[in-house]
Amino acid sequence: MPPPDNEAIAEQVFTALADPSRRAILAALASGGPATATDLAGQLPITRQAIAKHLALLAEAGLVTAEPGERRRVRYRLRSAPMQVAQQFLAALARDWDGPLAALKDHLDQHAGGTGPARSSD
Amino acid sequence: MAFPDRIERTIEIAHPPTKVWAALTTAEGLGTWFGNEAGIELRPGGSAWMKWDGGHTADMRVERVEEPTVFGFTWHIYGLPEDDPRRTYVEFTLEPAGPGTRLTVVESGFAQLPEDAYRTAYDGNAQGWASELGELADYLDAAA
Repeated sequence: MPPPDNEAIAEQVFTALADPSRRAILAALASGGPATATDLAGQLPITRQAIAKHLALLAEAGLVTAEPGERRRVRYRLRSAPMQVAQQFLAALARDWDGPLAALKDHLDQHAGGTGPARSSD
Repeated sequence: MAFPDRIERTIEIAHPPTKVWAALTTAEGLGTWFGNEAGIELRPGGSAWMKWDGGHTADMRVERVEEPTVFGFTWHIYGLPEDDPRRTYVEFTLEPAGPGTRLTVVESGFAQLPEDAYRTAYDGNAQGWASELGELADYLDAAA
């Protein structure tokens, strides 16, 4: 039973990744772990205000979760589940059957020992 | 639905099904046109593998063996982490077409989501590595 929500989840991931600032924020959370908006502003060439706006949007889309951090600051953590759904979408696009099937044809033609057709015409 | 669950290709091959069957279901065949090296236990539940010169490997589980018409196996979804339990099902169907073969390959299951991924996807809790790292810390504390 293919779940109806996969499409929506993947779309949110790809929309988030289409923006270079959000891509940078997600990449920073992936490589460095949970961080506050202030932490991220110190690492990225993006204003703290813009980062806060992007984080709110990402949290709403379920791509990061907000959790209490030190000194009552909100820390943001990457949620991997939606990324895994997007990965499935990419896996289907990255699966190449045309190459192997063409190789199968060539293989069979070569094994025919010269009596088979030289090469099919597709 | 835009989310692709299934990939299907049909090609005409100018060789009889028995030859195509051998290319699909023997280590020699799979290790020549598909991988660079291969092994296979040709029975439902049997294991099969392919290796490529670049270092990539694929482990398959044979599911259907109906010589010389249907050969099916499952394998890991390419690009997902090694420990991800999701697998796609690949089925080759061979039909005689004149002196040759009409070969269809269908790979399905890209849109599946296991039960636990559903839970992770829909609850609002921070889980995953957070809880796993917490469990590791508890384990190390207990062991100390």
